[in-house]
Amino acid sequence: MTAVTVGSVTAVDPRPILDDDSRAWLHDLRADGQAREAALARLHALLLKAARFEAARRRATLTQLRPGELDDIAAEAADDALVSILARLDDFRGASRFTTWAYKFALLETAVKLRKRAWQGREIPLDDEGWTGFATGTLGPSGAAEQRELLTAVQEGIAELTPHQRRVLVALTLNGVPIDVLADRLGTTRGALYKTLHDARKRLRAFVAARGLEVDS
Amino acid sequence: MNVNQLFGPGGPEVGCDECFEQLDRFVELELSGADADAALPGLRSHLQGCPACREEHESLVALLSG
Repeated sequence: MTAVTVGSVTAVDPRPILDDDSRAWLHDLRADGQAREAALARLHALLLKAARFEAARRRATLTQLRPGELDDIAAEAADDALVSILARLDDFRGASRFTTWAYKFALLETAVKLRKRAWQGREIPLDDEGWTGFATGTLGPSGAAEQRELLTAVQEGIAELTPHQRRVLVALTLNGVPIDVLADRLGTTRGALYKTLHDARKRLRAFVAARGLEVDS
Repeated sequence: MNVNQLFGPGGPEVGCDECFEQLDRFVELELSGADADAALPGLRSHLQGCPACREEHESLVALLSG
């Protein structure tokens, strides 16, 4: 990031200076012929490394994979990440190293695919069945009473939400449905779902606070 | 299940799209010891409230730290 002087006011130029390595990546990816082909191959190798890294981190959470499926998913994620990166190359402003920027696409693609794979064929509960799942058994008598009061307020607060807010809140926070999976099933986006979740949480907080109950930040 | 998962972070937070946009810079700042929270306010809160973004943040940190 560089400081620039505008009139008598010194402002911060939001455009960071590209490091040499990032500049070289952009140059090569925008080149023609063999230079570009070589850069694409190098980039794909980096993305595949990141995708396999993410797949390995998630291996324990995945069951019933067929042999080679995890590596197939990583390869597909690397391919998709490369497409996304090339489509958004002009968005890279050098706020980080180019490779860090690129890695996040591979990690995202892999994580999303593996979350969807983990929930493949599973029914997604979209009601508030999970609602009775709070444990109060480990609390002492007074703690349990406070917890019950809070849970009662929460239950009533949830009932005050819109049906869509309630469905999203319960699925994401009580039933542990991954946001990408729910977005896919509901035909919406992760960003839109999180906005719904945020609004639902805000209303629930306000409802509980109006009862004089405290919620941790 | 902690009841506070229902409520999420109390403070202002960015959304998933903005989190993704800023994640690379945020992680590099964190790993360099800089004050990432001051540079990109609202992102940490989002990571607390969004398990998917939190996982991707943890993965990028782990990948760059490896």
